Amino acid sequence: MSSGFISLSRAMLLGFVRDRAALFFTILFPLMFLIVFGGLMKNQGVSRSKVIEVGPVAVIDQVPAEAKADLDKVLEVTKMTDRQMAVDAVRKGDYAAAVEQQGDTVVVHYSAADQVRSGTVRGVLASLVQQANIAVSPIPARFEFQAQQVEDKSLKTIQFVTPGLLGWALATGATFGAAMTLVTWREKRILRRLRLSPVSTVSVIGARVGVSVGIALAQTAIFLAVATLPYFGLQLSSYWWMSIPVILVGTLAFLSIGLLAGAWAKTQETANMIAQLVVLPMAFLSGSFFPLDITPKWVQTLAEIFPLRHLNQALLDVMVRGKGPESVLPELGILAGFAIVVSLVAARLFRWDEV
Amino acid sequence: MASTIVVQGLHKAYGEVKAVDGVSFEVEAGEFFGILGPNGAGKTTTLEIVEGLRKADAGEVRLLGQAPWPRNAALLPRIGVQQQASSFFERLTAREQIRTFASLYGVGSKKADDMLELVGLADKAEVRAEKLSGGQMQRLSIACALVHDPELVFLDEPTAALDPQARRNLWDLLRAINTQGRTIVLTTHYMDEAEILCDRVAIMDHGRILQSGPPAELVRGLDSATRITIETGAIAVDEARRLFQGAEVDDDGVSLTLVTRTPAPVLASLAERNALRGLSVRGATLEDVFLNLTGREYRA
Repeated sequence: MSSGFISLSRAMLLGFVRDRAALFFTILFPLMFLIVFGGLMKNQGVSRSKVIEVGPVAVIDQVPAEAKADLDKVLEVTKMTDRQMAVDAVRKGDYAAAVEQQGDTVVVHYSAADQVRSGTVRGVLASLVQQANIAVSPIPARFEFQAQQVEDKSLKTIQFVTPGLLGWALATGATFGAAMTLVTWREKRILRRLRLSPVSTVSVIGARVGVSVGIALAQTAIFLAVATLPYFGLQLSSYWWMSIPVILVGTLAFLSIGLLAGAWAKTQETANMIAQLVVLPMAFLSGSFFPLDITPKWVQTLAEIFPLRHLNQALLDVMVRGKGPESVLPELGILAGFAIVVSLVAARLFRWDEV
Repeated sequence: MASTIVVQGLHKAYGEVKAVDGVSFEVEAGEFFGILGPNGAGKTTTLEIVEGLRKADAGEVRLLGQAPWPRNAALLPRIGVQQQASSFFERLTAREQIRTFASLYGVGSKKADDMLELVGLADKAEVRAEKLSGGQMQRLSIACALVHDPELVFLDEPTAALDPQARRNLWDLLRAINTQGRTIVLTTHYMDEAEILCDRVAIMDHGRILQSGPPAELVRGLDSATRITIETGAIAVDEARRLFQGAEVDDDGVSLTLVTRTPAPVLASLAERNALRGLSVRGATLEDVFLNLTGREYRA
């Protein structure tokens, strides 16, 4: 370790910051997406909230036709009969809330995990109940309520766009960094040269991991700095710091993909192509560019095999959904497991030399 | 004390191809040893096995009394290797390259800068390695191989693809390194280079060492003819034939060439007749030794 580790890290970092293409694709390019998505579409709200109706709920069922159309824009109502199942589904985060009617009381079961969504749903349902009360009351309504939106910060696109794009940026940076170092160093026979020096393999790998983690943290800092500018207005939830361990483990997972691509590929062009073919489709299917809620069910199921899906999910949970630190432990475990398995495969395929 | 390098019965095959087929040699401390042969003779593979980069199928290697395979961390700081293709970190300057390599051996940057100075690259310190000329790159590569003061230095075709001026500069540098008491093993496919630099050479072809010894000894052992060339017309062809019975005489209209095994009386007699205009005398070279050993032209 020590001096070899430090000088190799330095050499790698200098090589990276002097490589304009690498800088562009790992930092500027994802940032451009953030600016486009978060800036141009900043007035679009989140997609419809999914609500479970447990048994018959009069206030929902008996909404007049014209109001029903408005309601459909905000709520997607699914009917269920089993109350326990419905509550569990809400707890898992599959639905924003479950509504049931007990006599004359409308009960809303919601999860505090996604406060933005559950807040919206509660508001909508409360107003439905209100309207129903007015409709049955003999006293004519005295006050009229009119809502005028100034700007609802919590519903801005930037909230769900930032974690996804950051996940994509991290995946690109780590995968390309590792693959390119490995292939270029082998092609240029630097690996061979290192093998002839007394530097340990641990130092060589440690330097690559260290530099990648450093780059990932820099990407995160730049991303968050831009996204939290008043113009974009990202609101980080109170447990956002939990995203740091998520980013570290996520970087390791994508480093392992890069190592695998680098161990397998013979030329820089091939390594580049493999990395691109792996990361880009994965980014689309993992909700980096659009929320997966709008995709068919099978896509969402398929996405579970991608590490980026779990990275995005975890970042979304702790950065904007306000979930507690313990909520992302399963994701951390999946990413770590992925990193270990793929690294082991990469180590088996590893060659010092071209022959 | 044992020799610095002892190689015995080295074999290495790639499929059907026997890259190294029974190579043995020894190199003494302080010696400048050359492995000479055409491309594909097995020089680089031999060198890579000796350095510990490859495992031999059979045979034994000892460097400074130790085995280089498997990777021997105790041995590595004592040897320096310059590879055939210059291997540098991308986008680093000459100074950054050598400092990086130096620190891998725990050598400070002062020493690294001195080494850059020694190979005449101090004024190129801020230039990125990929922007250096071929000769400068080779010098940097050698500097990187020497920065940790190795006792034993391996150079794989250090002058390949260099212009004549750059080659000569590099020769001076290599001689200076050898004079400091370091043992040098060099592979080359240039006969003249081996002849000028090496104390001893091993001529290799098809994975075998055909002959080895000091270049002058190998050449002398040939007992070959000397070619004396003078300007056409300095002496008439017929007169030359009459005077030098034992020699082959040939005139191509530009030069008159005499091939003889007794050059001294021929030269004396030409001098007497004041017929030395445009004189050149060429004895046998390692090239002739190679030709003699393999029965074919040397293909560099």
